[in-house]
Amino acid sequence: MSEGGDSVIEELERGKWPSYIREWKRAGYTGMVEIYRRALEDGRTHFVHGGMIGYPGYDSGIVGRLTDLPEVLESSHLFRIYEPAGWFYRASELRRLAEIWKKHASGVINFHGAQGDMQLVGIPRENIQKAFEELAEIHFDIGSSGATVRTLSCCSGPAICELACADTLDMFQTIAMHFIEDTHRPRFPYKFKIKISGCPNDCVAATARADFAIVGNFRDGIRVDQEALGEYPAERVEEVVRSCPTGCMEYDGELRIRMQDCTRCMHCINRLPKALSPGEDRGATLLIGARSRGRYGAFLAWVLVPFIKAEPPYREIIDIIEAVLEWWDEKGNPKERVGETIYRVGYPKFLADIGEKTGIKPSPEMIQKPRANPFWSYRR
Amino acid sequence: MMEMPLSFDELDFGPPHYRDMLPPVCRRNYGKWKYHEHVRGGIIRHVAESGEEAYSVRAGIPKYLSADTVIELCELAERYCEGYLKFTSRHNIEFIAGDRESAERLAGELERLGFPVGGTGRCLKAIIHCVAMSHCHMAAADSLSIAKALYEEFYEDFRNPEAFPERVKIAVSGCLNMCGATHASDIAVIGVHRRPPVVEDAVVEKVCSVPELVKSCPTYAIRPKRGNPRSVEIDEEKCVYCGICYSLCEGIRIHDPENDGVSLWVGGKASNTRAGPLFARLVVPYIKPEQPRWSTLVGTVRRILEVYRQNARRGERMGEWIERIGWERFFRLAEIEFSEKCIDDWIFSVETFRRGTNFKMP
Repeated sequence: MSEGGDSVIEELERGKWPSYIREWKRAGYTGMVEIYRRALEDGRTHFVHGGMIGYPGYDSGIVGRLTDLPEVLESSHLFRIYEPAGWFYRASELRRLAEIWKKHASGVINFHGAQGDMQLVGIPRENIQKAFEELAEIHFDIGSSGATVRTLSCCSGPAICELACADTLDMFQTIAMHFIEDTHRPRFPYKFKIKISGCPNDCVAATARADFAIVGNFRDGIRVDQEALGEYPAERVEEVVRSCPTGCMEYDGELRIRMQDCTRCMHCINRLPKALSPGEDRGATLLIGARSRGRYGAFLAWVLVPFIKAEPPYREIIDIIEAVLEWWDEKGNPKERVGETIYRVGYPKFLADIGEKTGIKPSPEMIQKPRANPFWSYRR
Repeated sequence: MMEMPLSFDELDFGPPHYRDMLPPVCRRNYGKWKYHEHVRGGIIRHVAESGEEAYSVRAGIPKYLSADTVIELCELAERYCEGYLKFTSRHNIEFIAGDRESAERLAGELERLGFPVGGTGRCLKAIIHCVAMSHCHMAAADSLSIAKALYEEFYEDFRNPEAFPERVKIAVSGCLNMCGATHASDIAVIGVHRRPPVVEDAVVEKVCSVPELVKSCPTYAIRPKRGNPRSVEIDEEKCVYCGICYSLCEGIRIHDPENDGVSLWVGGKASNTRAGPLFARLVVPYIKPEQPRWSTLVGTVRRILEVYRQNARRGERMGEWIERIGWERFFRLAEIEFSEKCIDDWIFSVETFRRGTNFKMP
């Protein structure tokens, strides 16, 4: 129930922050306003299990959404769109997409889903075909759902950011197209998310939520432009030196970095962007296994490959992803994300299993610390 | 039934190519940017090796946009940015303008349309949240109205690039599925259930797979029902109300308006800066739902953010600050009553217990 006298909807339309209710109303999608009002007043969602809808030739990406109040809103099916790399859009296409959605569906669009895809909400089943035909004309493909290689996401990378150690957009395009059939046709134990960040700042939070995270990184030293450094106030530089987590920096008018102690956490580079920049021997770190809720709780991704060159056509990275998928396809239980399968089977066993195919060897970069418990097996 | 309008070799054409979607200034300076600096809240100046400049103008959106609003935003892009626009990884809208003056004019236009310009620097970053009760059957709480309530409360902190010692990332999830990296956010609000689900035998028998349900349960609380193996029964002592079974089977009702609500977690981050990625940790196990204003929740977040603002060192993320001063001190400073539910009792719990005597005395 609303705390004040007004209806919850009126309350949520007001305020300084732009209101989603006003957007729904502007699109004329009153069914959604009403079903949402009822949910807030009743304290429970009125959406129920919807199942898959799909499209001929596709087995994922269009998700059924049904409610338990069909007299208010019977369905509000969700049409996922594969977003362009880095969420860059040309206005002419985006405008056309909006017009198509207005014509064939609710005219309400979610920018974007947690996965990174664009979500067009509220399409009647009978309009799906026409809508997709028109979307295909402006090259917007269906996204993904279910036990697939999900639609990728990546940061802006080299398009606008000087910190990019890897070409996130090009890698996105190449890897997305390589796995496009697996994006639209479920065949794995569960979903598999790939996310690409250009540097360890990890703007797409790949480490937090990707089954397979590609994080741009560099191997050599941080580049220091001493002259540009002089343009910053000394106190600012001293503060950065003080707050370095590894204590690998010294400053006496000139900045010295002991690279063997540096973990390239990006902190100093972020704080002094005019003077410091990533090294020139660039590539990526590959991490594996993140997920939020699951049988064993939440996982953050851990290191699989400490450093790999990431150059077109990214064959080595794609080979590793394929080896991981093949292993997981065989070993994974239904509804088990790859990190959980690895946890259940054991990371050493996983590494042994994929080692021959990928050339990945166990190394101390993969762990925070070695085991403290004395239980292991010499069987293998 | 739908016909097959596209032939098989026309399917799977994938996302639009990024080269067609990049503003000309980004194409010209691709991979050749030199540095960036914050001009003011919501505007970032990028300088390329060629000397060319670009100005990112960032504004908050309400996640859902109507087609007409999208068209208006496209018009702005055509007027100021050669017909290109982008969204950010935190779901802001962003325009890349060629000079400071058009960036400022564009910012003014966005504000006039009701989109707050900000989200850069040490501010409250855009809140990541799921669609909850507007579109999802799993929601235990409505993250949309929670995000709106938090935005209203911290509106100026979104616009101010020097609002906090370091950036603050808030994420809101309607349920334990945690859509949107809530487990790695400075402040996370997560919808929770607090009672075991109710099994509706007739539905389970008709549409659900008993073996799948039994296997899905993380605590082995589900077993075939005695006397009726086509349905299941739940050991209420073992159930942790996670809702995984409901996600598989609509006959296992988990929603309970009397007892559902939200939990509050702090100190997570995904970035590798300084401390590296951290999990958010539970500080308040339950806050009752108070849509649409969520006063108790918003008040608690306010208290935490003010304590952080006053006590943390410049450059210190929430989790880094708490790790430095100690969680025991954090609970006292933020005046949060410690609950036994904050003590982990799951698989990885032992690592979180205090070893030795190195803690701060109350």
